[in-house]
Amino acid sequence: MNKILQIASSRRTWAWPYILFMLLFVVLPLILVGVYAFTDIDGHFTVRNFAKFFSHSEAIQTFLYSVMIAVFNTAICLLIGYPAAYIMAQEDFKTPKVMAMLFILPMWINFLLRTVATVELFNMLGLPLGEGALLFGLCYDYLPFMIYPIYNTLQKMDNSLVEAAQDLGANRWQSFWKVIVPLSMPGVYSGIVMVFMPTVSTFAIAELLTHNNIKLFGSLIQDYITTTDLLNYGAVLSLVLLIIIALTSFFGDNNDDGEKGGMI
Amino acid sequence: MGKNPFIIEVNHVFKQFEDGKFALNDVSLQVKKGEFVTILGPSGCGKTTLLRCIAGFQVASSGDILLKGEDVTKTPPYKRPVNTVFQKYALFPHLNVFNNVAFGLKLKKEDPETIKKKVRKALKMANMTGYEERKVDTLSGGQQQRVAIARAIVNEPEVLLLDEPLSALDLKMRHDMQIELKELHEKLGITFIYVTHDQEEALTLSDRVVVMNEGKIQQIGTPTDIYNEPQNCFVADFIGESNILSGTMIKDKKVEFCGQEFDCIDTGFGENNPVDVVIRPEDIYIWKVESQKSKDRPADSKTADADRAQTDSQNIEDDPEDRVPKGKFTKWYGEVQSCIFKGVHYEMRVLTKDGYEFLIQDYHEYLPGTEVGMLVRPEDIQIMKKEHYIYNYFEGEVLKNGKVRFIGAEWEVLPKQIEGLEPGEKVQVKVPFRSIDLQDYEEEGKLSGEVHFILYKGNHYHLTIRTDEGYDLYVNTHDVWDDGDRVGVVIPKDKILIDKLVD
Repeated sequence: MNKILQIASSRRTWAWPYILFMLLFVVLPLILVGVYAFTDIDGHFTVRNFAKFFSHSEAIQTFLYSVMIAVFNTAICLLIGYPAAYIMAQEDFKTPKVMAMLFILPMWINFLLRTVATVELFNMLGLPLGEGALLFGLCYDYLPFMIYPIYNTLQKMDNSLVEAAQDLGANRWQSFWKVIVPLSMPGVYSGIVMVFMPTVSTFAIAELLTHNNIKLFGSLIQDYITTTDLLNYGAVLSLVLLIIIALTSFFGDNNDDGEKGGMI
Repeated sequence: MGKNPFIIEVNHVFKQFEDGKFALNDVSLQVKKGEFVTILGPSGCGKTTLLRCIAGFQVASSGDILLKGEDVTKTPPYKRPVNTVFQKYALFPHLNVFNNVAFGLKLKKEDPETIKKKVRKALKMANMTGYEERKVDTLSGGQQQRVAIARAIVNEPEVLLLDEPLSALDLKMRHDMQIELKELHEKLGITFIYVTHDQEEALTLSDRVVVMNEGKIQQIGTPTDIYNEPQNCFVADFIGESNILSGTMIKDKKVEFCGQEFDCIDTGFGENNPVDVVIRPEDIYIWKVESQKSKDRPADSKTADADRAQTDSQNIEDDPEDRVPKGKFTKWYGEVQSCIFKGVHYEMRVLTKDGYEFLIQDYHEYLPGTEVGMLVRPEDIQIMKKEHYIYNYFEGEVLKNGKVRFIGAEWEVLPKQIEGLEPGEKVQVKVPFRSIDLQDYEEEGKLSGEVHFILYKGNHYHLTIRTDEGYDLYVNTHDVWDDGDRVGVVIPKDKILIDKLVD
């Protein structure tokens, strides 16, 4: 009896449900993707699926295009998000909470509904759907993920550092570039990772906002996976994407001190 | 400009915050080139605000600040020839020690060789040679402080501002750094403005001390002036330990307190005027008197007094080193209540027969229960003008219901007080300090407030109560209160005196 209690009260016991969850829903699917990528339709080991990808110019082009779209979207989010976060973090800014709320409010609604609404908005205004609409939609969806980590780091920053810079002869511009920007980099990296990664693999937004005219890598994977006899090829594409994402997040982590804030 | 001896001039500066409170209330200060000036005061007294106004981080609401004769009241901080050492160092965490110190020089676009030389020199001055490549967050508090000092002095400012730079260090380190700062000041020869709440630090380091409280300068003077000749109760109480007593200036060089007359050296307080008397605990001479004597003394105390006066000179019995000065000094007597060893000296509380308590510091130990005699040299008695005396004065208004409105409440008064006064008439209200009752529970009073300042006057406490409406009431009481205690204020109606306003 005592032993059971001891086991129940040990902290390690409490981790079991989570470990089980992760095994089932994270590790197992990953293994499955790997298995499918290295087998053919009959279940025999093969690397032909990979060979196919590297000779499949359409897939590679779509992939590069997706990365480009993601880079653009991340850049736009950063350009809009950083100043917004900076303004919100200013001491004399009276309503940072309201502002943060306004940025986050759209996230209360499912992103598909939002995207459908964006399509309707474009139709109503008579604007063409396509690349522009796609970028707008992506930016609209992912901007909060950029603003929030940056706002977090800026807000936690000790204002006396800025004063110290000014005291040492830096004007506002110089103290911004030499102190505020370097110190907010952890937040910026978090923001970049959090916007870039989901944008590369997005597909629903692209479908809706371009009338399925522009295919992103995510759409491609979805097409193959839902087609039974191309499932294995789809698994390869997923794996490629996974590796790219892993690399970017590794790059992000490398620069993030972890302690200095940011969202992840 | 060359003739102007002052490097900093602060002229009638006010700083009002958004909530309407004055952080600086008509502050004027002149600082000579090369001086070490300390701004001393409790937290919230405005000392940091004053420093920030000089540094340029805050802009004065009115008044002006001159640096080298040039008006800089609204000049941004980066254009001022001053540098600051911040309270929490404010070192840039993303730069190493070298780049922290080189920050200002790099902004000035000095060439790399000069920067290297200057940074090395500054680090040497701050005793931080060899730490150039270290990340700042790997340094100890004292080391970070040294880097912060190097970072400020490397720019060769004309004025160095230090905002409680040692407050985060432990005691031992603080003492070492005090000596280093003093040496640094001598080596550099520039002006230091130093903000602290630590009176010992202020007295040790500075050429001149500026004592501040509630946004106002209380006194400016050399450390000895401030200590030996405090100008008001706040300074006397804040700087060091002191005995503060109410007394009467009988005439020039003659003061009465504790029911006895004393010679002193102060003049110019008029005749028979109320004053506050300050005696430092270490200035009181103390010796043991034979307790047998009090038993032998006749029960009639009047004759006892006369008797005592005659035998005074004989009863200094434990004074082998001849410590106690001989001569015609007024002596008084009491019994030791407590005795604490303080390292170098003993600190004793002595209670006199009339109920006055004295704090005394002496190298000799007198145990509780010992009957002792006390005397003080005339030059060690410091006389201060009383800022307020016996009565609180308020402006009031007679109401229709026979009550009088003042300090934000309606008070019942005796009918004869408002006889012949019309409702709506403005009056002067007088309330004696000792007639205000303070209640433990705020709800029991007509007004609620907070104990704002406490002064022990030997046999009673003189409190300043700040009401929630922002009025100050002076209260004399025998009860013990703490700073910040919430109290309810009651004024008995027969203690409220009303005078017609004559204008």
